[in-house]
Amino acid sequence: MTLTWYLVLAAILFTIGAAGVLVRRNAIVVFMCVELMLNSVNLTLVTFARATGTLDGQVMAFFVMVVAAAEVVVGLAIIMSIYRTRRSASVDDANLLKY
Amino acid sequence: MTPLAGLTPLAAAADTSVRLGGGETVAFWVLGPVALAGALGMVFSRNAVHSALWLVLTMLSLGVFYVIQDAPFLGAVQVIVYTGAIMILFLFVLMLVGRDSSDSVVESLRGQRVAATVLGVGFAALVGAGIARATEGLGVVGLEEVQGQNGNIPAVAELLFTRYLLAFEVTSALLITAAVGAMVLAHVEREPGSRRTQKELSKARFLTERPSTLPGPGVYARANSVAAPALLPDGRPSVDSFATGIEPQPVEQMPRPTGRAQLGQPDASLGTLDPERVDGGPVDQAEDRR
Repeated sequence: MTLTWYLVLAAILFTIGAAGVLVRRNAIVVFMCVELMLNSVNLTLVTFARATGTLDGQVMAFFVMVVAAAEVVVGLAIIMSIYRTRRSASVDDANLLKY
Repeated sequence: MTPLAGLTPLAAAADTSVRLGGGETVAFWVLGPVALAGALGMVFSRNAVHSALWLVLTMLSLGVFYVIQDAPFLGAVQVIVYTGAIMILFLFVLMLVGRDSSDSVVESLRGQRVAATVLGVGFAALVGAGIARATEGLGVVGLEEVQGQNGNIPAVAELLFTRYLLAFEVTSALLITAAVGAMVLAHVEREPGSRRTQKELSKARFLTERPSTLPGPGVYARANSVAAPALLPDGRPSVDSFATGIEPQPVEQMPRPTGRAQLGQPDASLGTLDPERVDGGPVDQAEDRR
């Protein structure tokens, strides 16, 4: 068992998240897939921080978490306002910029 | 040196790289599949609430990985912020938007799902193999030297408030912008006085076809679940009592006397002192009484 396995696991999780973004139609589930991709990148950052013996990767992962929290708040508010006007949370229904 | 060893660069590389501890190996091989199962379950479950719970499973496993990899602060933040706050926010929005707004199965682009699957598998193979090759001899320097005596959290704090101070300050601007943006997006402006009073609501209700409430589920049926529709006197389920988002389940009816033979005289339908069963038996007794 080496650190490589963590990186391979992170790559697979990232791919599953990306495929989920492509496949799923519910905007909230698409959002969750994006969160999974961010999480897998965080795992990569933490692994490389340990491998190289510097803490910059951990600080970077911390910033990713902060940005992800802000992104989720705004994104979910957008989904809610879209749902209010269109009565649907499907990404297929939101095909116009207005209304 | 055997010629076989020279032909297998993988084995040679494995020798140079640092082996990790046994406990970590066990934890990885237990929690790695759990994290994978959580990710797959999130993508494949039809219900969005199930997706959120699967994602919580993945995030908790990743939090344990952080703790194992000398990042206890990030592990705690992962559990508190990600699983504790962000996923609860997701569930709140799911409940507001409505659980029944589940995924449509219709493909708006033909063959998109197959293409995405092929692309995903190919990407995973490419990136996974590339990373595995590139980091074959990756050594583990470890964080003991950087962290010193104080441990992880003071070391991270020191770095955060010296080299990354500007980024940290900009983060505060980002967070306040996000909070204000969410409030602006989620806020609904109402004209003062536009709220209808109870009297107006009552009048409006009596102008519709049905001033009464809808029939509740499970009336005349042997179930009181929301999925059990109310049954009309002739045994059909009442469409008005169907719950939104739940498939109405077939319900077992209470045995009721039907027809002249079982009811007997009109007075008999009001009930007798000895309750009779519907199937078979009471017919003879009713005839006897007649």
